[in-house]
Amino acid sequence: MNPDPLAILLQTLLLLLLAPLVSGIIKNWKAKLQNRRGPRPWQVYLDLAKFLRKDMVISEHASWIFSFAPYVLFTSALLAGLMVPTLATPAPLSLFGGALALIGLLALGRFFLALGGLDPASAFGGMGSSRDMTLSAIAEPALMLAIFTVAITAGSTDLSQICRSTQSATWRLLNPAHVLAFAAMFVVLLAETGRIPVDNPATHLELTMVHEAMLLEYSGRFLALMEWGASIKQLVLMTLLANVFVPVGLAVSEAGPGALALSLLAYLAKLLALAAAVVLVETTNAKLRLFRVPDLLSAAFVLATLALLSTFLFQ
Amino acid sequence: MTDFPLSLLGVALWAYLAGAAGALVFQRFEKLANGFGFGMAAAGGLCGLVSCGAALASGMPVASRSIELFPALIPLVRFAIRADALGCFFGLIVSLLAVPLSVYSLGYARSYFGRRNVGVLAALFNLLLLSITLVFLADHVFFFLIAWELMALSASILVCFEHEQDESRGGAVLFFVMSHIGTAALILGFLLLFQASGSYAFTDFHALGAKLSASRRGGVFLLFLFGFGIKAGLVPLHIWLPAAHPVAPSNVSALMSGVLIKTGVYGLIRVCFDFLGAPPQWWGVAVLGLGTVSAVLGVLFALMEHDLKRLLAYHSIENIGIILIGLGAALMLLHSSHPMLASLALIAGLYHTLNHACFKALLFLGAGAVLHATHTRNMEEMGGLAKRMQWTSAFFLLGAAAISALPPLNGFVSEWFTYQSLLQGFGSTPSLIRLMFPLSGAMLALTSALAAACFVKAFGITFLAQPRSAHAREAREASLTMLLGQGLLVAVCVVLGLFPGILLKLLDPLTHQLIGERLSQRLSLAGGLVLSSGAAQGGTVSTLGIVLMLVALLAVPIVLWALFARGARTRIAPTWDCGLRGLTPHMQYTATGFSKPLRMIFKALFRPRREVQREYDLSPYFATTLRFESHVEEVFQTRVYRPLKWLVLRFSRRSRALQAGSIQAYLIYIFLTLLALLLFAL
Repeated sequence: MNPDPLAILLQTLLLLLLAPLVSGIIKNWKAKLQNRRGPRPWQVYLDLAKFLRKDMVISEHASWIFSFAPYVLFTSALLAGLMVPTLATPAPLSLFGGALALIGLLALGRFFLALGGLDPASAFGGMGSSRDMTLSAIAEPALMLAIFTVAITAGSTDLSQICRSTQSATWRLLNPAHVLAFAAMFVVLLAETGRIPVDNPATHLELTMVHEAMLLEYSGRFLALMEWGASIKQLVLMTLLANVFVPVGLAVSEAGPGALALSLLAYLAKLLALAAAVVLVETTNAKLRLFRVPDLLSAAFVLATLALLSTFLFQ
Repeated sequence: MTDFPLSLLGVALWAYLAGAAGALVFQRFEKLANGFGFGMAAAGGLCGLVSCGAALASGMPVASRSIELFPALIPLVRFAIRADALGCFFGLIVSLLAVPLSVYSLGYARSYFGRRNVGVLAALFNLLLLSITLVFLADHVFFFLIAWELMALSASILVCFEHEQDESRGGAVLFFVMSHIGTAALILGFLLLFQASGSYAFTDFHALGAKLSASRRGGVFLLFLFGFGIKAGLVPLHIWLPAAHPVAPSNVSALMSGVLIKTGVYGLIRVCFDFLGAPPQWWGVAVLGLGTVSAVLGVLFALMEHDLKRLLAYHSIENIGIILIGLGAALMLLHSSHPMLASLALIAGLYHTLNHACFKALLFLGAGAVLHATHTRNMEEMGGLAKRMQWTSAFFLLGAAAISALPPLNGFVSEWFTYQSLLQGFGSTPSLIRLMFPLSGAMLALTSALAAACFVKAFGITFLAQPRSAHAREAREASLTMLLGQGLLVAVCVVLGLFPGILLKLLDPLTHQLIGERLSQRLSLAGGLVLSSGAAQGGTVSTLGIVLMLVALLAVPIVLWALFARGARTRIAPTWDCGLRGLTPHMQYTATGFSKPLRMIFKALFRPRREVQREYDLSPYFATTLRFESHVEEVFQTRVYRPLKWLVLRFSRRSRALQAGSIQAYLIYIFLTLLALLLFAL
């Protein structure tokens, strides 16, 4: 049960390398669906490399928090990712925390991101921080209830344990509790990763922006950390959806390289399917007004409550 | 007092008393009164800490006896104390806070030199510590009530220490009145218990519930829930808390929010688990429900505040709610006879009790340092303090992260236990009522996310960006003792967060006494560095592991810097001002603006009103003057308490007619009363 350094290293590399690609694919597919050519899927890597090489400008009003926030955001998202099984159960750091620690770590990153937005004394940053903290707070009960639903079925908050229990023989793709909880989590995924209809990741300097507003004063290598951290967070949440609800192909840690390769293929297929779903939602919907977003999120909460109720009806 | 650890507890009590007396005697020499008073308080806290800690660590194998402090001089009253596990744990909390608070006070009270009587401040501070400790230890109804009243009195005098301000006097009166309404309920409850036991000793109340009829037990429970609920600041009885806590001197606010309101929690545990026992289901449901409501409403009201100390006071309501979620779950699980899970839930509640005491005291001390430096409690006039008060801002940030339940700090650990007990509680009963567990868990998630939003606001507006007033621009770092007091609390928060195994071991005798289980072995793996939910493969967490991994993962950016960013330079430049002539502090987000989305989303609760007056010459887009006013409604104030107050006043005005001042009329009253009593006796 002790953490295996090799597994940690491999999963860290997987998360680091895969996260920008997923963001790039979503951007590319979205452009295709809107009859544009769009950036190549690997453009995000090039962007990150460029940000890393560039000089950095730091606001004269900012304090040490501004420089501290990117590190916290990046490492906390990465650590959260190490608690989710990607290719095999158990996840490398299952011992250090499960679903609750994952939610906590994402909250830690968000806390510092919001402080980083407030620090340079610009009105935009404060606006982004205020909106981001509000929306994530409203999304939190739905997320927690959806996690509670699967955790109750598994009798554990350990994500590896949850995956293993859904993997067992009694697992059905269309178990109503899981379908409803999945739907709730999907809405939360849209909100947490700043996707349309909650936020528009393609806007800069518009009064509707949420996540981008907080990054406005970041440049150079700090911006790279922030962007990379955000894409890792997106990957972590997508992995959570993919492996907890559809544990198809997930290997066990003792499996040989062949099983792991098969598991990698299944994992990528699931991620691409989720990315396609996100792209579809983003192109077919308009951005909601800020004060309509709580309606969407409370719908997610209702879905999660129904999921919970159905664990009790169909067990 | 013969045995070692408990005799030291006696020393602590005498130290507080000596500190109080000495500070009064030396009140003409303020430096001496300050040093002696707060010095004795710190010494007393240290003694209490060692004795309670040692007693709990020894596992308290024998049931402790009650000890007479001094012979009874008044009939019916016995000055007996008994340090059982429950009393010792709460004694530990008050002693743990007494030390850093006293150290902080040494510096903080200097600002009163020459303006106010520091001797009285120190004396009352000691008296408050003494009375709170006695409340936790008293073993006799009347002694408990005396300590309880002494606590209310000294606290309300301290609240109006700066008595020139209407706000302070109003807060003190409200606290005093509410406190006494609560005491009345407590006296009634104790009398009902006395009727069944025939004795006023707490020892004789143990497991008395079995002797009472179900309805009477319910009545006793409700009376105590009301009485202790007022002191704890349970919604809707919380009304005094945001009025009294912020106006007191900050060291006193810290003591009140940290420990004084916990006397309500102590009382509830004492009554429900020790006196009554075998709770029916509705007790747990009531406590869990009230706890959940308090948590959510407390944090929502906190979000609307831009007075730094009032904001913290509302967060106390929230945290009492979180503690009661643990207690309520424990009561429900005890009812469905799952002692193991009930202990887990109780541990969650008690762990959070201690945690809240530490980080809330820390935050109040930080707020005190800010108040000291900027002379205002209004966050809209602060800003930029992170550069001017580096240590204070770092300490406050840590407290803010802890109260927002962010890993790896202590708030996260206790909320983790709360979630685990709620999760496992779901399987404890087949009835529909089990839905309360996950729903309460979801509300707890909402609460902690809103708390994080609130503390982003509190920290961000107070300490970050540009200073919004001249006072904030000229703010200077707090004195060394004030920083030391905060630093001690920071250390406690970190230790409680990273090494939870220590406290779990100290809680063993407590759960053993109240429920009959010792859980620390089951809950801690790897020598307490990894926590387990208690169930087989139920989930683990390691806060220390999280910290170590976060540090280890810093290797990634370091490697990236080495690979890519070798030649990159860093420039300090103004924030982009969109082409205007520079940013001014007025362009920053304000605390009111920050919470606006939430004010709109929950407008059914807040009923926000705003008034805008604009004067312009040519076009309405170029206003020459602008006046903006915004209000939110404290629902309970306007909907419950104002009508109630009005009713009471009307009733008293009516009943004034009875008090005509003529002796004949009074004689008739006496006669009629006697007659009525005689008839009643027949």
